[in-house]
Amino acid sequence: MNTGVIISGTGHGLLILWMLFGGFFDQPDEAEFTATDVSILSEEEFLALTAPARAPSIATEAPEALPTPAERLAALPPPTPAERPEVSSEPAPVVPPAPEVQPDVSDLAPVPEAEARDDLPDLPMPPATEESTNLVPDIGTARPVARVAPTPSPAPPPEAEVAPVISEAPKPSEEATEAQPEETATAPEEAAPEIVTEAEVTQEQGAAPASSIRPTARPARIARREEAPEPTPAPPTPPAPQDAARDDVADAVAQALSGAGTAPSGPPLTSGEKDAFRLAVSRCWNVGSLSTEALKITVVVGVEMTPDGKPRNETIRLLSHSGGSDGAARQTYESARRAIIRCGATGFKLPKDKFSRWRDIEMTFNPEKMRIR
Amino acid sequence: MLRNLLLLLAMASPLIAPPAIAQDGPLRIEIDEGVIEPLPFAAPTFIAETPRAAVLAEEITRIVAADLVGTGLFREIPREAHIGRVTSFNSPVEYADWRAINAQALVIGAVNTDGTNVTVKFRLFDVFANAPLGDGLQFGGNAANIRRLAHKVADQVYSRITGEGGYFDSRVVYVAESGPKNARQKRLAVMDYDGANTRYLTDAASIVLAPRFSPNGDRVLYTSYETGFPRIYALDLNRLTRRALDDQPGTMTFAPRFAPDGNTVVFSLAQGGNTDIYALNLSTGARQRLTSAASIETAPSFSPDGRFIVYESDQSGTQQLYIMSANGGEARRISFGKGRYGTPVWSPRGDQIAFTKQYKGRFHIGVMRTDGSEERLLTASFLDEGPTWAPNGRVIMFTRETAGAGGAPALYSVDITGRNLRRVATQGAGSDPAWSPLLP
Repeated sequence: MNTGVIISGTGHGLLILWMLFGGFFDQPDEAEFTATDVSILSEEEFLALTAPARAPSIATEAPEALPTPAERLAALPPPTPAERPEVSSEPAPVVPPAPEVQPDVSDLAPVPEAEARDDLPDLPMPPATEESTNLVPDIGTARPVARVAPTPSPAPPPEAEVAPVISEAPKPSEEATEAQPEETATAPEEAAPEIVTEAEVTQEQGAAPASSIRPTARPARIARREEAPEPTPAPPTPPAPQDAARDDVADAVAQALSGAGTAPSGPPLTSGEKDAFRLAVSRCWNVGSLSTEALKITVVVGVEMTPDGKPRNETIRLLSHSGGSDGAARQTYESARRAIIRCGATGFKLPKDKFSRWRDIEMTFNPEKMRIR
Repeated sequence: MLRNLLLLLAMASPLIAPPAIAQDGPLRIEIDEGVIEPLPFAAPTFIAETPRAAVLAEEITRIVAADLVGTGLFREIPREAHIGRVTSFNSPVEYADWRAINAQALVIGAVNTDGTNVTVKFRLFDVFANAPLGDGLQFGGNAANIRRLAHKVADQVYSRITGEGGYFDSRVVYVAESGPKNARQKRLAVMDYDGANTRYLTDAASIVLAPRFSPNGDRVLYTSYETGFPRIYALDLNRLTRRALDDQPGTMTFAPRFAPDGNTVVFSLAQGGNTDIYALNLSTGARQRLTSAASIETAPSFSPDGRFIVYESDQSGTQQLYIMSANGGEARRISFGKGRYGTPVWSPRGDQIAFTKQYKGRFHIGVMRTDGSEERLLTASFLDEGPTWAPNGRVIMFTRETAGAGGAPALYSVDITGRNLRRVATQGAGSDPAWSPLLP
């Protein structure tokens, strides 16, 4: 701390002394004025100066071309060691004498004069190929680019590929008598959302059936419901509460530990896939013959599907209904069942790799929008 | 203790089980759009179990198919397209053959004759369900009534598929018209719902109007100008006898209609320049005045339960629809749309009221709910009027008259959805139809 005070005091003292005796407060000398010669212009001269300058005449002949740097370099005398100036070892502030020997430039060829021509030179053009064909129309002078992207954007995929060789259409063989099914040249039915290698496809196809575990609870429950349309008045005596709870817990544990959770895995159906399926079913759902009461009823229909997208008709069942009597619900349900069977006869277009997601389907048929039309 | 341990294991099981993406049950889809198109059905010619039944079987089959097709809800698959052949009434059905031609329903029948008695039996199948749709059914009757037998079969088929009652075995009473427009002759006529079996109930000596069936179809009320003034009569269809109702001097009575009990008739009575609605007990002859406004109240129609009456009145300055109690009292207006409303008729189901509407020079047949909401106009023409409901409340028949000097009235029917507008095949011109209940 004392050191700092000492240093600060010393510095400030020196500063004060310098200001007192160093001439800090002295008046500066008067500024020196510089004189400039002024010439007087006449009016004619001023007008001549301010008049718009005439465009320079265009020279029809090009000036002589200046020598290129290479030519200028070649024109210099080649330095020789003997003609180098002697350099003394001691650094003397004397100017070295100029070299007495002038370089001999007689051997050098004179610089040819540049030939200026108005017409364009004949430049060799690259051979025209199809790849280099400029398909961009001539739209005049291109505007300057306002901004250049730091990284080049990837090239867009070609819209159409030109076949390297025009192949002739195969002529139908006279021996072939059977008519071939006509194939429409359309885009593939589905675009793969991801790249699936052949190995993955093989592995998936091989593993899918083995790992599919069907749920057993729902079909059994529905089958019982259909077999017994009227509820029995006297259900069997339920087991004791403690035993029931223990059994449920034991079943849950057994199911969890066995891994047979029957929970579908994998990505769910996209909204587009669902919409396509919904559209396919609705196209066959004919409500024209339904009664006005049946048109007010919403039914929920369950169905199990096969891996090829076909409904298992024996599993179609009415799960629930709302909005009307049982008889009218039956009509609505039967129309829904016909729709599923009719349009499912050839298989719905569902993604096979997501079979576990649509193996069991619950469809709610709501004819509200179709009621009055 | 053991239970707690098991519960702990159960809760920890997701950590032990193989990983899987969460799944919330089966795939759930909501279908709220469908198509409205006739349901295709196949009706191969009914099997003639006796040689004499062959002609009848053919005719009955055609009537059944025509009934179904006439509803607009069904489409018959031509016989030429049939793959399967039905050789016996009891032979099993080859569903695949019928499914191949997209037949969603299959009607198989057989006809047997025994003297003048005819027996018709049929079965209905849901082709895509591979199952019969209800049990087989058999009707018997006289050979002269094979049309009714066929209508009975068609009613059953219609009812089992649509869930609604049929209306084919019913009749329509109407005013048959003939002659030029300035000298039109009008007679009461009754026919099957499809225009067949027309019978005339009155001669053309006097103008008759607005016939109405009794609830059981055994009587008809109508208005006649026999005396020079409109007067209501009740006609017994079995005995073809009639009697005048409420024959009071100095009055005009018209627009009669039975109450659901069949023992009360409501009608309009004009006296002293005022028209009001009255109720007449046919057993006692007691008359009760139901309205007492200075305006014109007419065209009363009972609700199916007999508790209310809908009628038209111009008490608001323009012709509108009102509902009051069957015993009279304060009325409630239910029509508030633009134009004039008239001839209201309560639906047999009780949920809707059909009416005639005049707006901007055109006439419409429309329906609305009993509170006046959800008004829908089903038709539009130069002149549509006088709706009457089919027994099942699904179809409306009405009068449509064409314009011009050569214009003539005709009967038309339309589904309450507004589809399937058809002209009824009557013998000559006709107007003022009234649909009977289903025949017993």
